[in-house]
Amino acid sequence: MDIQDIQGYGMFFLTIFLTVILYWYIIYLYRSEKKGERDFEKYGRIALDDSIGTPPVEDKIASERENTKEQIK
Amino acid sequence: MQSNAALEYDYTVAKMFTYVTILFGFLGMLVGTILALQLAFPELNYLIGEYGTFSRLRPVHTNTVIFGFTVSGVFATWYYFAQRVLKVSMAESRFLMILGKAHFWVYFIGALIATITLVFGISAGKEYAQYEWWIDIVIVIIWLMWGVSIFGIIGIRREKVLYVSIWYYLACFLGIAMLYLFNNMSIPTYFMTDGLGSINHSVSMYAGTNDALVQWWYGHNAVAFGFTVPIVGMIYYFLPKESGQAIYSYKLSLLSFWGLMFVYLWAGSHHLLWSTVPDWMQTMGSAFSIVLILPSWGSAINMLLTMKGEWNQLAENPLIKFMVIASTFYMLSTIEGPIQAIKSVNAIAHFTDWIPGHVHDGVLGWVVFMTMAALFHMAPRMWKREIYSKKLMGIQFWMQTTAVVLYFTSMWVAGITQGMMWRAVDEYGNLVYSFIDTVTVLHPYYVIRGVSGVLYLTGFILFAYNMYKTITAGRELTEEPQFKTPMA
Ligand code: HEM
Repeated sequence: MDIQDIQGYGMFFLTIFLTVILYWYIIYLYRSEKKGERDFEKYGRIALDDSIGTPPVEDKIASERENTKEQIK
Repeated sequence: MQSNAALEYDYTVAKMFTYVTILFGFLGMLVGTILALQLAFPELNYLIGEYGTFSRLRPVHTNTVIFGFTVSGVFATWYYFAQRVLKVSMAESRFLMILGKAHFWVYFIGALIATITLVFGISAGKEYAQYEWWIDIVIVIIWLMWGVSIFGIIGIRREKVLYVSIWYYLACFLGIAMLYLFNNMSIPTYFMTDGLGSINHSVSMYAGTNDALVQWWYGHNAVAFGFTVPIVGMIYYFLPKESGQAIYSYKLSLLSFWGLMFVYLWAGSHHLLWSTVPDWMQTMGSAFSIVLILPSWGSAINMLLTMKGEWNQLAENPLIKFMVIASTFYMLSTIEGPIQAIKSVNAIAHFTDWIPGHVHDGVLGWVVFMTMAALFHMAPRMWKREIYSKKLMGIQFWMQTTAVVLYFTSMWVAGITQGMMWRAVDEYGNLVYSFIDTVTVLHPYYVIRGVSGVLYLTGFILFAYNMYKTITAGRELTEEPQFKTPMA
């Protein structure tokens, strides 16, 4: 097996690997929504409610506060 | 960093880049139109000595429209919408304001100097990488400044989730950074010739087939990360915002994002079919090009479905018309590209006029349309004035749409005619036509393309005029429009 073959096979298996990851990602997106862990569609609102006065869809500062509270517990 | 009622988004930098987008758009397309006319009427090559020849002007065209127009359009829209979807004003950080302005000035002066060097024939001689090494260094600095600016504003955001358009712009930043660096590796000839060569002029660090491979890995992905990814990012923000409809499927937008990232990087070798690169690599280029239809159409269909139930807006709002036709041209060019990447089709298409035909249905129909629509959407929000004329926008739309159709149809016919004539042989295997026969046959199609250039350029001048009048004389608005852009 020369270097060209190794490159070819390497590429082939890398492709299979990345394809599996991509399909896994589809499953992840739909499953986490079904289980109610996340609602991806609500992020579409970020573009619509974007004036500086409207509250964020997910507040970064508030969620950081939550995190520190949990760590303290 | 508490939010308070008086806080406003700061569009200073976005405005500066908007002016320059229009300036470079005009210059780049003017030169493009001159090139088109020169191909039809070769006497036009000799108007201003060496500075006006086709070979001198062609890189001026490609570099001005890519690194001048498109890139400054990307910067202008970034400095506009990023603040909005991250819910943070640039005015909240002195550092970001100073950096943004510095980014603009280094970019603008750098771009002017770079363009002038090309006019004077100072060139590294590599397609889309013509700038000499010292300009490349300035370009890297400009890009890094943008990077710091991007991550700076992301760092102080209030919105936790990065809206999908931000993902696309991030990919543009990272992708171009990697591609540009690797492809532009070069050495001044002075150092390789015991001082005989020049400090200023450099040659690529790669040679032969390797050079070709790196070149098209770069070239094709420049299309991906410069002409596709940020423009998809634009439409994912501006179309929902203008129409008041959230993206049809946010999940699909994420999925097609990763699809594009994964597939695009392997498709570049379709530029080197039938050449000396390893056979498996050519086949891989073809295969990945065909798979590329999926994420591309995934994005485009997602955009069209966003308009579901709201198609009446297409008739009422010319900006929606611009964006919908942009995604339609995106679909056209992303089905055309994969067809050209099939080896047997490529045997006819390669080196012919079908290739610039394909390039321009993408750039004129997709990149420029979307960028203009974005700037039209931004203008009333940035200058607090109504768009000067809806009627003018309508005229511009039809003029430019006709121009795009004339451009790509004439080049389809020209390209396929050319490809067929080059390979025609008689019963003994001798070539039937000489090169000049093809030139004679193609003349009418070159004239049509020339006309299309004049039409498209005129449309762009109407756009510039409408923007200028909006900024200076549009009716003043008392409050920011929420969705539909107001126009007189
Ligand atoms: C008025 C509008 C335009 C006209 C009339 C025009 C015309 C031309 C012409 C005549 C060529 C040379 C083709 C050849 O060598 O045979 C060309 C090449 C090219 N143009 Fe344009 N152009 C226009 C706008 C644009 C824009 C806006 C972009 C990108 C944003 C663009 C990107 C390119 C590229 C990448 C090439 C090289 C294509 C290749 O190597 O096959 N052009 N253009």
